Amino acid sequence: MKSSVIVFPGSNCDRDVAVALEKFQIKNQMVWHNETILPKCDLVVLPGGFSYGDYLRTGCIASKSKIINSIIEHVKKGGLVLGICNGFQILIETGLLPGVLLRNKKLKFLSKNVFLKVINTDNRFCSNYKNKDIIKLPIAHNEGNFFADDSLIKKLEDRNLIAFKYCDSQGKVEKISNPNGSSNNIAGILNDKKNILGMMPHPERLIDPILSGEDGSILFTSLLKS
Amino acid sequence: MKISVTVTLKKDVLDPQGKVVKQTLKNLGYENIEDVRQGKFFEIELNENDQVKAKKIIEEISKKLLTNTVIEDYSINYK
Repeated sequence: MKSSVIVFPGSNCDRDVAVALEKFQIKNQMVWHNETILPKCDLVVLPGGFSYGDYLRTGCIASKSKIINSIIEHVKKGGLVLGICNGFQILIETGLLPGVLLRNKKLKFLSKNVFLKVINTDNRFCSNYKNKDIIKLPIAHNEGNFFADDSLIKKLEDRNLIAFKYCDSQGKVEKISNPNGSSNNIAGILNDKKNILGMMPHPERLIDPILSGEDGSILFTSLLKS
Repeated sequence: MKISVTVTLKKDVLDPQGKVVKQTLKNLGYENIEDVRQGKFFEIELNENDQVKAKKIIEEISKKLLTNTVIEDYSINYK
């Protein structure tokens, strides 16, 4: 399997995610946002960080980068795209994923570990979570409050396009376990074809016991299947 | 030609920054403040004398870049 991590000015999780991909024998290439041609690959990763200093709106300027058109082509051909944190914000600004990410409800930057319930394991990113559907991953964001109107939320729920929801240690999805105020505790969503995943938590930060856990590894090993 | 665009959050979207500003004004003693919405202001200098063409361009960039139309509204002011 081959991957491309897109690097924007202000990305700061690009190398972390590259380390994670390589750990699981995914052959990775870093791609500068100004390129127009995407190298041949199965997976594109939009990493976390603060592309363009979050100017205008988070992810907005990056979503107009030169590389974006070839990512859209990659998606049309069924290629996989994973957007983590700022990458999720970029996917929403490009229109590849629906909804919007508002500022955290309490207006504070959040940096902590949270519990997540894996809602959909029937996709290329999460299949190995079948055996462990309550996980712990770190979040680190200021604009992670996923917001959508009622009809979009209903569509996401009905078509099972929600990948992760914030929950407590027992897997209960309740308001109290929602760190940022997102609609229905949503932490990550998929597109209709389930070849795009956007998520606020950082799986690449928990891929080794030395980093206090391996719940993130399961996402990368899922990618390796098929 | 100088044109300005003001972008604000839609009425139904929670504007926490506006809320905090409103509360702070109340704390300062301005009891009659009823609401505050915070937004963004763009001042654009456009090299185009044709008013119709200019309008088309500004409408386009407002939708394409300056505003996320899911949550924000814009208003254009031609000077």
